[in-house]
Amino acid sequence: MQRKGQIVYPYIPNSVPETKQAMMKEIGISDIMELYEREIPAELRFKEDMQLPEPIYDEYTIKRHTEKILAKNKNCKDYLCFLGAGCAPHFVPAVCDEINGRGEFLTAYVGESIADHGKWQALWEYCSLMAELCAMDVLSIPMYDGAQAAASSIRMANRINGRTKALIPEKMSPEILMVIRNYVNSMPAPDIELVTIKCDSMGRIDINDLQSKCSQDVCAVYIENPAYLGTIETRSQEIGTLAKEAGAEYIVYTDPISLGIIEAPANYGATITCGDFHSLGIHLHAGGGQGGFIAAPDDMKYIAEFKDLMFGITETIVEGEYGFGEVLYDRTSYGARDKANEFTGTSTGLWAITAGVYLALMGPKGMEEVGTTIMQKAQYAARKIGQIQGIEIKTNPPFFKEFVVNFDHTNKTVGEINQALLNYKIFGGNDLSCEFPDLGQSALYCVTEIHSQEDIDQLCYALQGIVTC
Amino acid sequence: MTRDRYSRFRKFHQAKWDEELIFELSVPGERGVLPPLAEPEIENEVGDGVSVLGNLKRKKAPALPEVNQMRVNRHYLRLSQETLGTDVTIDISQGTCTMKYSPKVQEHLVARDPNLICVHPLQDPNTMQGLLYIYYQVEKFLREISGLDYFSFQPGGGAHAVYSNASIIRAYHQSRGDTKRDEMITTMFSHPCDAATPNTAGFKVITLMPDENGFPPLDAFKAALSERTAGIMITNPEDTGIYNPRIKEYVDAAHAVGALCSYDQANANAFLGIARAKEAGFDMCHFNLHKTFSAPHGCMGPALGAQGVKKELKKFLPVPRVEFDGSRYYLDYNAPESIGKVKQFLGNSAIVVRTYMWIMQLGNEGLKEAAKISVLNNNYMMKKIKEIPGVVMYYDFGIGKNRLEQVRWSWEKLKEDTGFGTDDVNQRISDFGIQHYWTSHHPWIVPEPFTPEPCESYNKDDLDEWIGALQEISRECYEEPETIKGAPHSGPVHRVKHPAINEEQLIAVTWRQYKKRKNIE
Repeated sequence: MQRKGQIVYPYIPNSVPETKQAMMKEIGISDIMELYEREIPAELRFKEDMQLPEPIYDEYTIKRHTEKILAKNKNCKDYLCFLGAGCAPHFVPAVCDEINGRGEFLTAYVGESIADHGKWQALWEYCSLMAELCAMDVLSIPMYDGAQAAASSIRMANRINGRTKALIPEKMSPEILMVIRNYVNSMPAPDIELVTIKCDSMGRIDINDLQSKCSQDVCAVYIENPAYLGTIETRSQEIGTLAKEAGAEYIVYTDPISLGIIEAPANYGATITCGDFHSLGIHLHAGGGQGGFIAAPDDMKYIAEFKDLMFGITETIVEGEYGFGEVLYDRTSYGARDKANEFTGTSTGLWAITAGVYLALMGPKGMEEVGTTIMQKAQYAARKIGQIQGIEIKTNPPFFKEFVVNFDHTNKTVGEINQALLNYKIFGGNDLSCEFPDLGQSALYCVTEIHSQEDIDQLCYALQGIVTC
Repeated sequence: MTRDRYSRFRKFHQAKWDEELIFELSVPGERGVLPPLAEPEIENEVGDGVSVLGNLKRKKAPALPEVNQMRVNRHYLRLSQETLGTDVTIDISQGTCTMKYSPKVQEHLVARDPNLICVHPLQDPNTMQGLLYIYYQVEKFLREISGLDYFSFQPGGGAHAVYSNASIIRAYHQSRGDTKRDEMITTMFSHPCDAATPNTAGFKVITLMPDENGFPPLDAFKAALSERTAGIMITNPEDTGIYNPRIKEYVDAAHAVGALCSYDQANANAFLGIARAKEAGFDMCHFNLHKTFSAPHGCMGPALGAQGVKKELKKFLPVPRVEFDGSRYYLDYNAPESIGKVKQFLGNSAIVVRTYMWIMQLGNEGLKEAAKISVLNNNYMMKKIKEIPGVVMYYDFGIGKNRLEQVRWSWEKLKEDTGFGTDDVNQRISDFGIQHYWTSHHPWIVPEPFTPEPCESYNKDDLDEWIGALQEISRECYEEPETIKGAPHSGPVHRVKHPAINEEQLIAVTWRQYKKRKNIE
């Protein structure tokens, strides 16, 4: 059967011809195009048809059509995933999905607290829960992702002390570095110079090199802890001392899921903590589940430099009732346009609420357990993989969640090995041979709380088979 | 009980739970969820796993609350009920935001399909062919809708896309060694990000003021152009809803001095299939897929600003781009002149999938219908709102000039007559079960502003209910001032004493800071 006559679109209710006619009559027109013709000159109007596929009108078929396309993907439910590099598979409590699926949260936007009180409270609680985790007092509502948080942290440091050189590790996340490079660029040239600090092959900072570069023109010393290659920076306190002595900000990029067991950066000297909260109760979403945060001390020199909206708890006209308000709104580009410190905009509110739900569910004990479990399983996996002939684990303990596996002595490339692993329904670790050629044929393997002993043993079995054949 | 038979108003009261802060619900020892632990064999093999941390082992556990699962769930459900999302209200109030319906079939799929939510962005592209196909298709769709040639889906919001366009303008001039171009021109009624993002990208920003027509005169625009102009970043129609019919002359003048022209089409709702960036001569544009293309706003994200450029600028787009070699889709990182990245991985892929589904359900005719109905709805509302006592329409010209998808109104006369201004009306409107409205970006050029935008999602009855509420509030301002003074009466909380918090001792953005301010242990 064909649909006859004019289509009435379920999402366009006034496409009902009678309604349309009545409304046109009300405003004295006989064709909606009259409204356009009065405003947009003919030469600026597009008079052709857009070359788009024939529409799929019914709901059942569009769903089936899209599912069929997406079914060409392989997924980490059917495959074992050992990919991380900033987006690791983690356990997502059902309550997280329950809450971020609520229509009220899903479809709310910029309503003020008189009507969207719940949204304001949920985002304020996200900031508060993250603050406990980071042992810092101040957060704004979230940012696009960890890379944006890192880039903005460096700009904050530059504004705080007016210096123009930022020290970054030689080996850091290439994705984050690309975002930072663009973000510090300016016209005619970058206004913050990025100077690399030497590292060992696994990304631990060379203290002597840092010391030699920690001069009075350095605005920030930036490190990742845990680092991109999984290593934990054991000399993080010394690095902080050097930064402090030079009068620079000490920015530590961290993975919040590690902070139940690894010391909070603020407690070893960080003045700005930043990172990505994807690990806190959010699915992979092909990389669409990222969300950035910056945490800083309770000091106006930091508070004034946050670029995004900040929600403050306050009082209503009824005693004892909590209300929420905007903190230093004119600091943001919504209030000050080009006079603002940076630009702000819609970012990742729903994911921040989700991260808050996750932390509320986990509590201190849960965060300790999940951190411990990741440490144990990653160490177990590294040990087992390292026992396979021809494979070498490059990362020395302590490391968190990720470690470098080298295949130089297998006569196979990481690409070949990962291709072969697909036959075992395994996504092997991220190929580092392009990102860090000095590491040879190495891959970054990621093991979290979701990997069972059986999963890890299965990976070892597959690798064993691949490297010996 | 249904709506009043005559007034059509609801006896509405929003959920008010007096819900505690999550920290106040903590009971020592309670657990919300138990994460998986390492198997005993693993523990036997590696021990406790954390001794290796030495001094870096966390000494004092984070002071997170300890709350059982049912209570956490209930807490957040209550907070959701204290939020007027578009799903539960007539949200035509937030002009410039395009609060349209996000079809549930799309929401269910992107929230549940393991072939999306369980996909890792660094998987071999051969194992992501479905997703990459959708990226490729949506780029083709947007090409038709804009007339431009290539799109990136990396920016995580509208302002982010404008920033990314500013970065491309910078890269374009730097690649030509034309580094004297350090000025960017925008207009006061363009979104604040059109001024803020070029500033972040390192440009000096020139903001032009409107004349009596609502946009800057061409002469003033030409006077601002010079060999230092890197580009222009503007919206059209601007925030006011006024379309500048001579836009092409502005663009041509900018091109004549060697500048690039970026079109902020965050809200392109009135334009789908009707008018395009290409015909107006623009080099680049962006669409907010979470506005015009039906993805929800999610309490301010995740979002996506799709950034489009002419083919000459393709080489500067962020990496990777999805390409097709005739048999398979792949990720192309080979772009040495690219600005690099503005966001990690592939951007917010679920929003690309939603956009695909939405466009596929509407097609050419449906997209045009969405545009036309949004303009019809707005002009229908315009006629009715004009008749409300106290309302003033700026830039009206007395010639019956209409608007496209939104209008910036003013309560200037109401304020003169009654002392009540736009904030007072706004406090009252949610008592009618309607999300309060968007006033204006700052600064307020139009006094006592409000900016509704009905888009295509609402039916005539919804529009009439919204207009009726505004009429009633106007009547109350003139006749029942006490009703306005105490508003809101039916919200989750009462009026906030000091919604603008600017003094250090009043700033408490977290529980830790709040406790310090209040000397709570």
